Amino acid sequence: MAAVQETVDRVKSVDVDAYKYGFFTDIESDKAPKGLSEDTVRFISAKKNEPVWLTEWRLDAYRRWLTMTEPDWARVEYPKIDYQDLYYYSAPKSSPGPKNLDEVDPELLRVYEKLGIPLREQEVLAGVQERRVAVDAVFDSVSVATTFKAELAKAGVIFCPISEAVHSHPELVKKYLGSVVPVTDNYFATLNSAVFSDGSFVYIPPGVRCPMELSTYFRINEQNTGQFERTLIIADKGSYVSYLEGCTAPKRDENQLHAAVVELITHDDAEIKYSTVQNWYPGDSEGKGGIYNFVTKRGDCRGARSKISWTQVETGSAITWKYPSCILRGDESRGEFYSIAISNGRQQVDSGTKMIHLGKNTTSRIISKGISAGRSNNTYRGQVSAHRKATNARNFTNCDSLLIGETCGAHTIPYIEAKNATAVFEHEATTSKISEDQLFYCKQRGLSAEEATALIVNGFVRDVLQQLPMEFAVEAQKLISISLEGSVG
Amino acid sequence: MLEIRNLHAEIDGKKIINGLSLTVNDGEIAAIMGPNGSGKSTLSYVISGREGYTVTDGEILLDGANLLEMDASVRAAKGVFLAFQYPLEIPGVTTMTFLKACMNAQRKARGEAEFSTPDFMKRVRAGAEKLGVPQDMLRRALNVGFSGGEKKRMEVLQMSLLEPTFAILDETDSGLDIDALRIVADGVNALRDPKRSFLVITHYQRLLDYIVPDTVHVMSKGRIVKTGGKELALELEANGYRDFVGEAA
Repeated sequence: MAAVQETVDRVKSVDVDAYKYGFFTDIESDKAPKGLSEDTVRFISAKKNEPVWLTEWRLDAYRRWLTMTEPDWARVEYPKIDYQDLYYYSAPKSSPGPKNLDEVDPELLRVYEKLGIPLREQEVLAGVQERRVAVDAVFDSVSVATTFKAELAKAGVIFCPISEAVHSHPELVKKYLGSVVPVTDNYFATLNSAVFSDGSFVYIPPGVRCPMELSTYFRINEQNTGQFERTLIIADKGSYVSYLEGCTAPKRDENQLHAAVVELITHDDAEIKYSTVQNWYPGDSEGKGGIYNFVTKRGDCRGARSKISWTQVETGSAITWKYPSCILRGDESRGEFYSIAISNGRQQVDSGTKMIHLGKNTTSRIISKGISAGRSNNTYRGQVSAHRKATNARNFTNCDSLLIGETCGAHTIPYIEAKNATAVFEHEATTSKISEDQLFYCKQRGLSAEEATALIVNGFVRDVLQQLPMEFAVEAQKLISISLEGSVG
Repeated sequence: MLEIRNLHAEIDGKKIINGLSLTVNDGEIAAIMGPNGSGKSTLSYVISGREGYTVTDGEILLDGANLLEMDASVRAAKGVFLAFQYPLEIPGVTTMTFLKACMNAQRKARGEAEFSTPDFMKRVRAGAEKLGVPQDMLRRALNVGFSGGEKKRMEVLQMSLLEPTFAILDETDSGLDIDALRIVADGVNALRDPKRSFLVITHYQRLLDYIVPDTVHVMSKGRIVKTGGKELALELEANGYRDFVGEAA
């Protein structure tokens, strides 16, 4: 209950249309020339001093991208993106490669301080937080700092910017990059393959339980700059890691493009828990500005009895196009997807998951909670399929939508396909409104309309919030209330 | 003390309450009886501040303060409680969480200190025990999957914890078997207090065998048409509402 009170207080303390992370920091940057061409791709690759194979890999992606067309099947509308009017690379001038935090531009450190992301290990250690979190901070196109690297290395865990992994662990990058999301997977993933800038690389060796939470914090700062990060996480046999991704961007009148690719691989008996709290700038209440979020996230349960779990809390972005998926290749592997997607104002969300059952006795679980307010549209799109050889595949899907007000929309589009007669797929879906009756009942007991809405929404998303690591659950709960601010009449 | 003077109220342009006057003194239990559509539930909503009703004339005073100027949550903090005929379900919110939110919201509104968690737990446990509400019900989502009897018992538990000065029971007996009715009535009787008054809305005299009223009012077409002692309820039971409904016309 304290958390609900806190959320209400927090909501009251922010103005309408106030996006807390909307500040811009004036940091001198080093940019690629505007527009996209083979030269841009070569420029990025050269900036990162990449080996020839990777430059070629990027160029191949770029050439394929030229032959593709932007997908239009999602339930979202936006003006055509002019890909020649964007910057594809922007890095703070002081970079690249500060050896330690003392070399990082203090202005940058202040940015993360303002965002509440601890980058100084001693501060983290001195803090009240019991659980420590290692952070990789990505600012526009480059990683500016990664904490706890040394301590993680002792456990054999590799956690570094992917641009660094290309040099320090080329064999791993070469083996796994593009192995889950192929270069030609889809329009945005192919674009990302050509111009990806930075992101995190994680490798957990066999039998190791990662000693702390790993986290990447993405920040888009520059104007007219696309962010194309690439994350690659490999959990070797019998290992475990919990990873969290967070993101924010300044408030701007123009839309900004974010097209990331995340690839997860679990070998036998390994587990990856991937949590996202997505808080990109959503645009103002009239729909001006905001991030276009076109993201491809996929996990490959390559080994037997391995497990991948996606948990996402989506509150930001003008447009969300995102389907974190699991390929259940290993026998007895398990995929999970827990999602809270909140839309307010003019936001458009088309999000869901894919559970592809290939191995025997594979199981998956989907819990999706969509909350729409304002004049937003929120679509759940989910695919569950069983391959011919996927004997005894099991899926349970529960998909609930909650509407607040009269001018928003919720849609559920399931695709279910079983090519094996032993598959058992269950799908439950509900759509409800916060009713006048419920609100009156709560008010009659002494709660204000805001408190009542916060309480009802928190109840609605409880199943999913429970899946998030403790600290982030509290953060997410606050975010939910802030996102819904102004939606109660 | 609750005073209603010449109350006129409507919903969607339809007049439901037509010049109703009623006084309920401190410590008094007043029963309102009347046929379907006489405006009994509307009266309970107008007193407790449900949106959608327009009061076109008259006033409602609780201990001299004008309730009509207050939001529903402010009236609640002031001491108005409505036990619902059909209590609402709040999925995902445990009964404990809900109770704590409400109790502390009211205390805060009155400028009182919020209950500490142990203090709160102690009160809820004691209250639940008195009403035979099992502990595991407190951990379940509020009213979700509760039987009719459990829901009504939960209303009475909320009432005992929120300690209102003026409580309305809207058809609390509907859907209850005789055992459940007795438990609920015992719970209400235990809350009788010289400082607390009740308005018991019911169709049937049956409930009034268990919660014995000081006064009985007959309502018809949005006004009080007859007032008497508890024997009036028995008269109604025997003869029906016909005589009184005629009077109002």
